[in-house]
Amino acid sequence: MSDMQDYKSSLGNAESRKFETFSYLPSMDADQIRTQIEFIVSKGWNPSIEHTEPENASGSYWYMWKLPMFGETDVDAILAECEACHKAHPKNHVRLLGLDNYAQCAGASMVIYRGETV
Amino acid sequence: MAKKYDAGVKEYRETYWMPDYTPKETDILACFKVTPQPGVPREEVAAAVAAESSTGTWTTVWTDLLTDLDYYKGRAYAIEDVPGDDSCFYAFVAYPIDLFEEGSVVNVMTSLVGNVFGFKALRALRLEDIRFPLAYVMTCNGPPQGIQVERDMLNKYGRPLLGCTIKPKLGLSAKNYGRACYEGLRGGLDFTKDDENVNSQPFMRWKHRFDFVMEAIHKAEAETGERKGHYLNVTAPTADEMMKRAEYAKEIGAPIIMHDYLTGGWSANTQLAQWCQDNGMLLHIHRAMHAVLDRNPHHGIHFRVLTKILRLSGGDHLHSGTVVGKLEGDRDATLGWIDIMRDSYVKEDRSRGIFFDQDWGAMPGVLPVASGGIHVWHMPALVSIFGDDSVLQFGGGTLGHPWGNAAGAAANRVAVEACVEARNQGRELEKEGKDILTNAAASSPELKAAMETWKEIKFEFDTVDKLDVSHK
Repeated sequence: MSDMQDYKSSLGNAESRKFETFSYLPSMDADQIRTQIEFIVSKGWNPSIEHTEPENASGSYWYMWKLPMFGETDVDAILAECEACHKAHPKNHVRLLGLDNYAQCAGASMVIYRGETV
Repeated sequence: MAKKYDAGVKEYRETYWMPDYTPKETDILACFKVTPQPGVPREEVAAAVAAESSTGTWTTVWTDLLTDLDYYKGRAYAIEDVPGDDSCFYAFVAYPIDLFEEGSVVNVMTSLVGNVFGFKALRALRLEDIRFPLAYVMTCNGPPQGIQVERDMLNKYGRPLLGCTIKPKLGLSAKNYGRACYEGLRGGLDFTKDDENVNSQPFMRWKHRFDFVMEAIHKAEAETGERKGHYLNVTAPTADEMMKRAEYAKEIGAPIIMHDYLTGGWSANTQLAQWCQDNGMLLHIHRAMHAVLDRNPHHGIHFRVLTKILRLSGGDHLHSGTVVGKLEGDRDATLGWIDIMRDSYVKEDRSRGIFFDQDWGAMPGVLPVASGGIHVWHMPALVSIFGDDSVLQFGGGTLGHPWGNAAGAAANRVAVEACVEARNQGRELEKEGKDILTNAAASSPELKAAMETWKEIKFEFDTVDKLDVSHK
């Protein structure tokens, strides 16, 4: 039993709150974010940035940061918008989506800047 | 000129063998693998199959002449060798669409796999594939929600979904059962699942199970901030009872229910699927009994046909086999029926066992469910084979974790996310799987423990039902 670890998750522990894809991995560094943006661009998806107060993260609709970047393939330009959104809303979760207009569904969605969970 | 009535037994091929026939776009086409009795010519056997699965009977009857049988009859229009097997051949049969009731897989299959399968002139018969014309597809309701709607309902994008079948299969009380669900869901699973034979036994009646499981879902959702579900199995002795359980699941707010479409029956399944669509519920489909029908390479119904039947009858998830786990499943053939579940147009591809082009039009797709004897070490291969639009379901591979279900679930969640991240980076999962998992385990003690527990387990028996192309 001494080797066994308790699973530390509870209603009272804000760190238990997750936010879907990649939220069980450590926070992404700049290079990792860049490769994920490259992936979205390579799939031909439209990058879109959204953010929310962590306490409202469970809803379907987060705040859109401007409009989806239709047809944008410049990774640096996309990265710059992600950073701008994060700077404007430093306490919020910021997520990057790849919108697949053929499936009419997000092909990718990941929180790239993590706010403080509640 | 009108025909005259001539009583007696005619050779089938006089009427039903039409090698010059060009199938119409609206015909339902079937490919049978036919093993004839010795000495019977191929054309005669193929024609007999066409006759016995459509309009024909063993003798001419006067009422044949009251209709235009040349319009209604099935036509055997081609014969092909089976690669590597001289005991049998492929017979292709075209059926006019008017032979079948609209929106009824029950009716189509009652014809195509009815009496003909017991026909004495055959030693064995297997229905390999059916081409449903778009005109027929459009008469069927299909999956209640489909893949994209499910993602939007559950807020899960860009990765396979994760599930776990609760074990032991039978014998837990409802409260203990709910505990097992809660532990898995709080650890990071999207779904837990009733096993197929969990219906409403004396040790756990369905209503108690539904209530405790919903409490588990609600708490796990509050704790993790993510949306969760449990496939509440509504398979029941009667369709009325099935609907009663489905209505209750909806009443308590369950997002998804479950049905066994072969043992429960296609009529019940189609009814349930339509109800799910009307009521915004997801429908998970289990396939108990499929191996009875599809495993023998010479007799029965191929699983790719059963897959098409389910997509038409309706379901949002369907078990597909894992390729890598404990249950039967040839890799290329599995890839073939996964395409049949998900894609809107599937091209003929004999290397995947697909005999016809199949156009699904706007009918939504079904998520393949990989389940059975899989654990974290299989994750890289599973993500590579199945891609994002799938449900990866680890039963023993979650519950058997040395620290319990929550840790087992977390291990699988970390593993699947690590594999998706690596795939997005352009890494080759099946080659670099060990590195990817080992690296992810550095920040997840749960994954590390899981990798140590299941290190040596492999399932390397040869498959019984291989694609015919691989016999060469």
